[in-house]
Amino acid sequence: MGKQEIYEKLHAIMLDVFDLDTLELTAETTAQDVDGWDSLSNVRLVLALEEAFGLRFNAFEIGSSNNVGEFVDLLESKLS
Amino acid sequence: MSGLNWLSPAPEDFGSRVRSAAESGAFASLAAHDLSFQQLDQLGRRFRRNVGKDRAHDAITLGLLGSGTLDLLAPSIEASGLRHGLDIRVVTGEYGQPLQDAVDPRSGFNVAEPNAVLLSLDHRTLPFPKPNGSDDDTLSAARSQFNAIVQAIKARGVGVILVQTVPLLSESLFGHYDRQTELALNRRLRRWNDELAERCARDDALILLDAEDLASRVGREGWYNPVQWQMAKLPFDQQRVPLYAEHVARILAAVRGRSRKCLVLDLDNTLWGGVIGDDGIEGIQLGNGSPEGEAFVAVQRAALALKERGVVLAICSKNEEGTAREPFQSHSEMVLGLDDIAVFIANWRPKSDNLREIARRLNIGTDALVFLDDNPAERAQVRGAIPEVAVPELPEDPAGYPDVIWQAGYFETVAISADDMARAEQYKANAEREALAAEASDLGSFLKSLEMRAVLAPFRDQDMVRVAQLINKTNQFNLTTRRYTQAEVAAMSKDPGLYTLQVRLADCFGDNGIICLVICRASGETWEIDSWLMSCRVLKRDVERMVLDQLVEAARAHGVARLEGAYIETSRNGLVADHYPELGFAPIVEHPGRWRLDLADYVPNNPPIAVSWAA
Repeated sequence: MGKQEIYEKLHAIMLDVFDLDTLELTAETTAQDVDGWDSLSNVRLVLALEEAFGLRFNAFEIGSSNNVGEFVDLLESKLS
Repeated sequence: MSGLNWLSPAPEDFGSRVRSAAESGAFASLAAHDLSFQQLDQLGRRFRRNVGKDRAHDAITLGLLGSGTLDLLAPSIEASGLRHGLDIRVVTGEYGQPLQDAVDPRSGFNVAEPNAVLLSLDHRTLPFPKPNGSDDDTLSAARSQFNAIVQAIKARGVGVILVQTVPLLSESLFGHYDRQTELALNRRLRRWNDELAERCARDDALILLDAEDLASRVGREGWYNPVQWQMAKLPFDQQRVPLYAEHVARILAAVRGRSRKCLVLDLDNTLWGGVIGDDGIEGIQLGNGSPEGEAFVAVQRAALALKERGVVLAICSKNEEGTAREPFQSHSEMVLGLDDIAVFIANWRPKSDNLREIARRLNIGTDALVFLDDNPAERAQVRGAIPEVAVPELPEDPAGYPDVIWQAGYFETVAISADDMARAEQYKANAEREALAAEASDLGSFLKSLEMRAVLAPFRDQDMVRVAQLINKTNQFNLTTRRYTQAEVAAMSKDPGLYTLQVRLADCFGDNGIICLVICRASGETWEIDSWLMSCRVLKRDVERMVLDQLVEAARAHGVARLEGAYIETSRNGLVADHYPELGFAPIVEHPGRWRLDLADYVPNNPPIAVSWAA
């Protein structure tokens, strides 16, 4: 799965998880930039991503990304 | 998809439908699908955000106390409530302190004033220490913490407390020997679960949510999820949330009288294999000799078992009526007989029309019907025309039909009264009365021919289960829809400032049981009618006129000069919008929706009902 495809899928999932109508998503986006991205909805996001991409994150991975770009890199490496 | 097999699959574009649900009003219909945790959670959050401020009249504020992170459960329970016609708002306690939340009057939990509580407690909150000596009571620590929480909740007037059994662990300390020693936690949990069930049977405020049964149905190994517990303290696997939330909502719906009453059955390929009109009595598959034939016997047995516990059965089939009745009369393998069927409709009209007719003849709402039909086209027709009818998805193989009926839990019940067991017979008698009414030339002579006898009494201890049940379940003929717990009702019956009345009605077709309740509050020379409700089984029988006669007589005996009553509109009690004016009450100009009857000029109605008072 290419980066572009991962971004698109991530974008769709984030709209549902954070209950947003629109969301601008770039590599530099962080949790502070998105309405409703708190610790609880981060759990929602992790669970939804695991379901949608069919993978499991370990405890170390969950806290390791500083922005969306790093997170997409993580997803890409786990999916390859 | 989360194993709620009786619900139809979610539409492809579910997410965008949720985002536009406020405009399209589709919240309840979206909730009627088999949703994943993500979908259910999203629906619940969007519902709360968009329409959460306008509460329904009989809304439930559910206080949720328990183990671990409960916030992820709340939207799913609220969305599952929509599936059952309930407006549930969940208030969760603080993380990890259910006892403090219950006891502290300023806790967010108590400030929200819940009118129902779910104690989602497990072994991570309740202490189940290992035994110290041989005669050590290993459950006493859990018992005392549990009691303290329950007492604090009851002290605040909450009368509906759902308590859950604790799902067993996959831990196996000694292996097969675990069941024999208190050293094994699972043995202590089993004993706790049994004790809890017994307490629920004795205490009307406690209602059992058998989470251990749910977990064992779907598989104990998949219930607790250690990764999710360590990541976010999720009390059980989030994939199980849709099932758990459905059962919470289902029980609350039963408390609120929204369980279904009638199972409507199709015939061809639902009760037997093949088409009676084409294959004939010799050709249909039923009974010993083929796996298919045995599967249909099992379907009929399930229906009969439900009928025997008080569920009304009806038939709705596209057939010539004579042909459709034939197997009931002459097929030796039929389990169901015509006697078991309250209403039998076989014709060529749309099934939705016939379902409306069945509800009308039984005097119940279409939202009390479940319709079992093997044909997806018929199911779609009914779902489209009458969305409030429950129409379960059925598998290809009829061997799977009974399990769908059991899993869907349409007839959930929270207490069994003697009346429940007789219910199916009463509805059947009702349909027969209906037929008699159609024959009678005028209403007056029809009512006389019923030979009605009413037995009146104040609320009595021995009838308290039925009385509380009626108060909490009656939705249509209910002037104020005020809900009281059994404990509150028991207190009312002893309150000298209140006048309570229960009415039992029998007629030539049988005993209807207790069908009407009135509660009046004395205030000087006025009796304020706090509650007046009646089972729809006895509609249009002039019972309300007889009851008013009796109320007036009792009020006069107490030196009362007038009765006052209010009509509080809900989505389901339009039936009684004109109840008071029709009985001769005059509107109170300064209070719209309130009505007054001066007793000085009251002339009794004296309908043809023989009245006596219970000893």
